[in-house]
Formats: sequence, C-alpha cells, structure tokens
Amino acid sequence: MSSLAVRKTAPAAGTTPGTAQGPPLRRRVALLPTITLLLGAVYTLLPVAWVVIASTKSGSELFSTFTFLPGTGFAGNLKDLNAYRDGIYWRWMGNSALYAGLGALLSTGVSAVSGYALATYRFKGREPIFNVLLAGVLMPPIILAVPQYLLLAKAGLADSYLSVLLPQVLSPYGVYLSRVYATAAVPSDVVEAGRMDGAGEWRIFTRIAMPMMIPGMVTVFLFQFVAVWNNFLLPYIMLSDDEKFPLTLGLYTLLAQGSNQPALYTLVITGAFLAVLPLIALFLVIQRFWSLDLLSGAVKS
Amino acid sequence: MTSSRSRKPYGVKGAPYGFLLPATLLFALFFVLPIGYAVWLSFRKVHVSGLGLGAGARREVWAGLENYTQALGDNEFYDGALRVLGYGCIVVPVMLGLALLFALMLDSERVRLAPFTRLAIFLPYAIPGVVAALLWGFLYLPDVSPFYFVLDRLGLPQPDLLDGGPLYLALSNIAVWGGTGFNMIVIYTSLRSIPAEVYEAAKLDGATPLQVALRIKIPMVAPSLVLTFFFSIIATLQVFNEPTTLKPLTNSVSTTWSPLMKVYVDAFGKGDIYSAAAEATLIAVATLVLSFGFLRAANRRSKQEAAQ
Repeated sequence: MSSLAVRKTAPAAGTTPGTAQGPPLRRRVALLPTITLLLGAVYTLLPVAWVVIASTKSGSELFSTFTFLPGTGFAGNLKDLNAYRDGIYWRWMGNSALYAGLGALLSTGVSAVSGYALATYRFKGREPIFNVLLAGVLMPPIILAVPQYLLLAKAGLADSYLSVLLPQVLSPYGVYLSRVYATAAVPSDVVEAGRMDGAGEWRIFTRIAMPMMIPGMVTVFLFQFVAVWNNFLLPYIMLSDDEKFPLTLGLYTLLAQGSNQPALYTLVITGAFLAVLPLIALFLVIQRFWSLDLLSGAVKS
Repeated sequence: MTSSRSRKPYGVKGAPYGFLLPATLLFALFFVLPIGYAVWLSFRKVHVSGLGLGAGARREVWAGLENYTQALGDNEFYDGALRVLGYGCIVVPVMLGLALLFALMLDSERVRLAPFTRLAIFLPYAIPGVVAALLWGFLYLPDVSPFYFVLDRLGLPQPDLLDGGPLYLALSNIAVWGGTGFNMIVIYTSLRSIPAEVYEAAKLDGATPLQVALRIKIPMVAPSLVLTFFFSIIATLQVFNEPTTLKPLTNSVSTTWSPLMKVYVDAFGKGDIYSAAAEATLIAVATLVLSFGFLRAANRRSKQEAAQ
C-alpha cells in the first residue's frame, strides 16, 4: 500500500488550491467529487506525462537529471530510433496499424451481420447460437493461442501476417454489442417496409439497417481496434520474424535487449511515447461525435 | 442478394443462417478446433524408444491423466497459481473499488471538470498492457523514479519496488491503472440509466448524497458490478503481459511467475506441448469454476435479498 499512499498524497497538495476558488463557489461546486476525480486524473496521467518528458532526455540525462525535468535530446532520440535497424520501428508501427485496422474492419463486418441477424430474425437455434458465440469471451487466450499456433503451423501459416490477423476477426463481445445496437437502432417495421418494397434480405441489411447501426458499429470497430493494437500474447506466440512484429512485441524485444545495453532504454522510451500517441489522438478526435458510454452497450445517451 | 419477389420466402427463412455463417465458421476454426486440439494434446505424450534417433523413434502415444497429475504436482505451476491468486486479491477489489468511486463522483451533482477527468481516467484503456508495464517499470527503477527522488529528499527508506512483497503491489498497480477507466465507464453508464425520480423521494426525505449513493445507487448498479467483477476475475487469472514486460527490468520475476507464463515456457521453451496443453486446460477450468462460482454466489445473494 505504500506506493498507493505516496501517489495519492503527493499530487493533492498541487491540485487543491486550483479547485478551491473562494467561498462563493463552494456552494455550487461539489468539492469532494471534483477533487477525487482530479486525483484520479493525476494518477492516470502521471506515467503518460513521464514518458512525454523522458522522451526528451538523452541517454545520459535520463539517469542523471530529475525525472520531471525536460531534457534536450528529443531530436537525437528520434534520429536514433529512425536509424535503429534501418527504421524497423516504423515498420512495427505500420504492422500494428495493419493488424488493428484491417482486423477491426473485418471484425466489425462479421459482428454487424451476426448481430443484425440475431436481433431481427426469429429462427430456430437463435439463442443457442448466441450463447455459444458469447461463451467465446470466457475462453482464456492461452488455451486458444497455443493450439492455434500449432494448427496454423500445420497449415503452413505460422509466422505470417494471417496468423495474427485471422484469430482476431471473430469478437464475441463485438457480436454481443452489435446485437444490442441492432435491437435498439433498427425498428422491425422498417425491415418489414423494405420487404414490402421487394428488397431482398441482404439489400435490406446493407442499404437500410447498416446506416442505422453506424454509431454502434463505430464502437465495435474502436473496441476491436484497441484490442488488436494492444494484443501482445498472440503475436508473441505466432511470430518469430521481427519484420512482422506489431509495436507491442517490437517494444518488448527492445526492452529485453536493453537490459544488456542500457543505451537502448532511450529508444524504448521514445518508442513507447510514439506508440501511445496514435490511440490517444484517435480517442480525442472521436470523442467529439461519439460517447464513451457506447462501449459498455448503452443505447441511449 | 437478389431483390426479386419470387425468392423472398426462401430468403427470409434462410437469411439469418446465411448472415451467421461467417461468425459460425470462424468460431469453429479459431475457437472450437483449437480448444478440442488442446484437450486432445493434454492426454497425449511422446514416447521415445532407444536413443530417440531416426525415424519412428519418437511416437506420440496416449498418456491418460499423466500430464494432469504432473502439472498438479508441479511446484512451479502451483506457486505461480498462488502468486496470481494473491495478485488478484489486490487487483480486483482495488480496481473495482476505484472504478465505483469515480463513477459515483462523476454522477454526483455540481461536479466540475467531469468530461476532462472522465477521459483522463479512461485513457489507460487505450494504452497497450506492454507499454503500461514498460512506463511503470521505468517509474519503479530507482535511477529514474520520481518516487525514489521524493523518498530520498525526505530521508525515508526506499523499498525495492521490484522485489518481494512490493513487487505484487507494483504489478497490481499496473493492472489497476490500466483497468479502472473501462470499468468506471461500465458502472457510470448503468448509473446514468437510473431514472431521476428514484432519487427525488430520497432527497425530499433529506437523505445526504452519501446515503443516496450507499442506499440507492450502489444497489441499483449491482448487476453491472457483478459483471465487471466476473470479467475482472477472468482477466486477472490470465495475467501475462505485465510480468513478462517487467522481467527484463528485475531478477525477481521468474520466467514462470504466472501460470500462463509457465504454459508458454513449457510449450515453446521446452517444446513440451503436451504438458503445456494440460496446464492450459487446468487454467481454463479453474478460471471458469472461479468466475461462475462467483456469479452463482452473487445470484443467490440477490435472490435472498429480493425475498426479504
């Protein structure tokens, strides 16, 4: 508990003066909740602030200057990172974007079509199929990943892009969310009206239902994008060729080498900083027209 | 696919099955088949005849429960399981406690800066576990850490955060940091779905915000608390990324720190996929027993409360 205590008391001194804005406001602003939330934000932002600052430090500054004092080496660090193994870092970043972007796109498609079917049709086996698909959430990734590797190796697909991409296309949680959104967003009389107009089932889905489901599908895409981008275990098991590594695995191998050559630490830190940027940017941009609550299956906001 | 009226009756009946085909196919290939294969492997072993040289000297044979008895008697595996249980006993209550606290604070009246703090607390969700472990790992290193700097200035003793008991706290902190935000959103979403009228009566009776939170809000979001608890147990027992990432920074994290890491070492380090399969199956069974056991206990309690 000692580390928790340090973290919680230290920032408090800095944040209280900013929030207590004189007696008249005290009545209107709920101080306790505001301060609690600010402390939470300080806790979560602390490591992020650290990596931003640490990435500006040169190798010697990293171990010699105070942690939260900016350094002068950001350009140098960036140059070193670019030079490391002919810029393999950017290849990792590209791989991550490919795995997460394509994987999430395919996953969203499969989730949308499955969720729509489960929400709009009444058919034999609907609930059993749904429950079985959902049970996939409960399966520990390790019991899947090791035999997946062995089976893909037999199919000659081990250590390939497909070996990381394919196992992540089906997302049980994505199917679940899609069903919830389709139930809420696609009224059955709209589907019925489509049929009256003579549209086929596939056409009704792509032309009528899909546009109505867009906000939900953005959520499924984001959820799966983050899940694939953050995945470590699967590529760790599947891949041995570092040209195919995603960022997580690449950074891990850099860190593992760094224990022998601390000069690599500045590369790891700069790499971690750049790895955090795209997803933070994604969430900040998307926040403007999309609500976080959708992630937990909320259909009205 | 077609918009002709004549195909309509068939289309409506067959459509859902067609729509579910991709998901079913993927489920069979990437969930059912691997699980079946793992269970099958867990009952097999390699029989080596002679020196194990030449074709046919190594044969796969039936092993019965041998791999399972071996795994259950394996101290390394057993110790890993205990470590993860201890780790889980810290992570799950602290993470969900904080998530509930923040959700309640977000939901309280006249709170300032709620959108900013909500996004900030949620932010770690977007950061890969490996990167999170890496950032905290550096913050735990005495040479770089601001905590050590502060402790040093204050003249306080500086514990080694990457060894012994503090290592559990160090690892737990990474999981708590990464998981609180998402759980907060889940709980907050269900708090917001409570209709305002529910509070009105309590407010007229002069209930304080704390009483409203304890007597009304928390019981009403109990289902989402149960759900987050359920998924947190599953995720915690699968811990792999964080200890694996911290390993290069300290000697106290062994290659078999968590049961999942042991599975990895057995499968790919030692090449013993049979033992690894048995261990993976055991972990899966233990996870399901613990998480469903919790779900049953929670259901029973809520039924009892409903009966009262």
